[in-house]
Amino acid sequence: MFGIMMPDLFDSFPLRKARVHEACGAGATGFAAIAAARAASDVLWIHETWRPEVLNPVGLSAFCDPAKLLVAQVNNQLEALGVAEETLRDGAIPLVVIELSQPLSLTAGRRLQLAAKDGGTTGLCLISEEMGSNAAETRWRCAPVFDAQDSTLMAWEIIKNKAGTLGIWHVRWDRTSRRLDVVSPVGERPGSARASG
Amino acid sequence: MWFPRLASDRVLRAHPVDGPFALTLKQNNANRIYCLNAQAERLGLHRGMSVSDARAFCPDLQSRPAEPRSDMRFLHVLRRWATRYCPWVGLEGDSGLVLDITGAAHLFGGEAMMLSDMRQQLARGGVSGRIGLADTRGAAWALARHGEGLAAPGAPMEALGALPVTALRLDEGTVTALQRLGLRSIAELEATARAPLARRFGPEPLLRLDQALGRQPEQITPLAEPPHYGARMTLPEPIGLQGDVMAGAARLLERICDRLKAQEAGARALCLTLRRVDQEAQSVELRLARPLRDPARILPLFERGVSKVEAGYGIDQMRLEATRVEPLPVQQLSHVSTDSRARLDDLVSRLGTRIGLENIRRFLPADSHIPERGFIVAPAAYSRPEGSWVSLRPRPLRLFAPEPIAGSGPRPPQHFRWRRMRLVTARATGPERIAPEWWLEDDNWRSGLRDYWHVETRQGRRLWLFHTPQRPGWFVQGEFA
Repeated sequence: MFGIMMPDLFDSFPLRKARVHEACGAGATGFAAIAAARAASDVLWIHETWRPEVLNPVGLSAFCDPAKLLVAQVNNQLEALGVAEETLRDGAIPLVVIELSQPLSLTAGRRLQLAAKDGGTTGLCLISEEMGSNAAETRWRCAPVFDAQDSTLMAWEIIKNKAGTLGIWHVRWDRTSRRLDVVSPVGERPGSARASG
Repeated sequence: MWFPRLASDRVLRAHPVDGPFALTLKQNNANRIYCLNAQAERLGLHRGMSVSDARAFCPDLQSRPAEPRSDMRFLHVLRRWATRYCPWVGLEGDSGLVLDITGAAHLFGGEAMMLSDMRQQLARGGVSGRIGLADTRGAAWALARHGEGLAAPGAPMEALGALPVTALRLDEGTVTALQRLGLRSIAELEATARAPLARRFGPEPLLRLDQALGRQPEQITPLAEPPHYGARMTLPEPIGLQGDVMAGAARLLERICDRLKAQEAGARALCLTLRRVDQEAQSVELRLARPLRDPARILPLFERGVSKVEAGYGIDQMRLEATRVEPLPVQQLSHVSTDSRARLDDLVSRLGTRIGLENIRRFLPADSHIPERGFIVAPAAYSRPEGSWVSLRPRPLRLFAPEPIAGSGPRPPQHFRWRRMRLVTARATGPERIAPEWWLEDDNWRSGLRDYWHVETRQGRRLWLFHTPQRPGWFVQGEFA
């Protein structure tokens, strides 16, 4: 069965260092929050000022300590990329989350990759669907999933991976112990036909 | 040097007024005259008089509220001005200066010439001053307040003898008591037996008398010049290459950092001004995420700003100034290095040159039930992470301005459309009622109470909905992870 062949999430999930990754879908923010929880120290979150959606630190506190978060407010994507490149190359902040509003050009994507490689840091671009860049190391599609018992269930699908296999996992976040649990793959769980949306 | 009308002179210098003028200060619930000009004084007004009385005396009196703090600042300005006469200048009360001109008078052609120069300068500046010059501080004080002028060296009694005892810097009670005893002038006090005086009034009157006559020493406390963190370099030939400008900046920075180190201070903001051959000046401002005085760390931060400078025909003068300085005590280096903190601060400074230092922010917890006010966004460079984050109930990860959806009744709608998506409610947890903070005006909370629901949809999205019972309507305000 498909599920038996499923590769291990933890081969790819603590996102590979010195690379830039992408996440899309409705659960991308949650994905970034969990990635931030895994980061060793500070996290820089680059946010364009005009966007109506703001990060709520009170909600984030279920995932990681908001004290380790720095938010850079930028006016446009050009500034966002400049700040991201500088931070990735510097290496003082191990994880940089970038909210992108337009697709990255190949040059821009490649520059971010090189900067991450120089600094040994991880970048995570939050993009909308169909906006992926060829330069990304991995691309994740994240979506919240309804579950009768649990309200943190998410489906994480890796839809591009330069150094590994693709796969889909259902994960849930344990708020009290701040731990990520992988639950049985879709096919093996009761009621999964309805749940997959 | 005594400035009897310091406060009103300061205001009148800025806004000249014709006619009687007074500054008023509210004391004990009554507006009283704090300071007044000579014309007002001539009309019979005096300090401490209530303003309504003064207006009855003089209907065309013009007045303004007094600002004692600005007056103090003005006195400091005058103190700085007075250093042109001698290096030792101290403050005397709140409206006087004391100058130790020992060894400086001959530079102005003698004491009398110096006094007339001072008077001229003050008159030109529009400040009325009364100057006394004597061997001792006490005698000069007495002369400045009563009589004004110059006491011959070595014979203070001649100048002081006729002055009343009020000239001795004594408190009012003592002065009144002395006058009741018939001791009206300093000469009479001097002629009285000392022991009974000391027994009756304590050591104070005799000490002041001795200080005035030079039998007791008295120091003046000159105020130190505030340190100046600026350096300038003029070049014989104009330069234009970025490397040259940076090398010049490095030299200036070294000088400033040495000065900062001596004062145990660190620069928080620096300004590099580059003057071109055609007299046009361009400045590069740098703000730092934390006080620094290490040239090796500050210099690279200038690179970005300097690269944008238009050199034109060349730059022939550079000036670097630390515009904001904060104390930075010397710290013991430890093997548990705080290197990562320093690296982070440097990075924040560098990003600050790109997007502005105040645009790099951090979240601080705030004590409010209102979701939008549950946190404060503060510039990272001017705050430290602190406080604990408590959320008793699950809160959404994303917040946005409330978006209306179709729905009625106090329970969340079974089917609704949000952002062009058809969503079906599978589970709704709630309600959690949040009341507006009535003590703060907030347009978003005009609709009154809100009943929040955590709605999980069959499609997966987990939304934060609220219902406003006082003005029925349903809105989406946030999304959970």
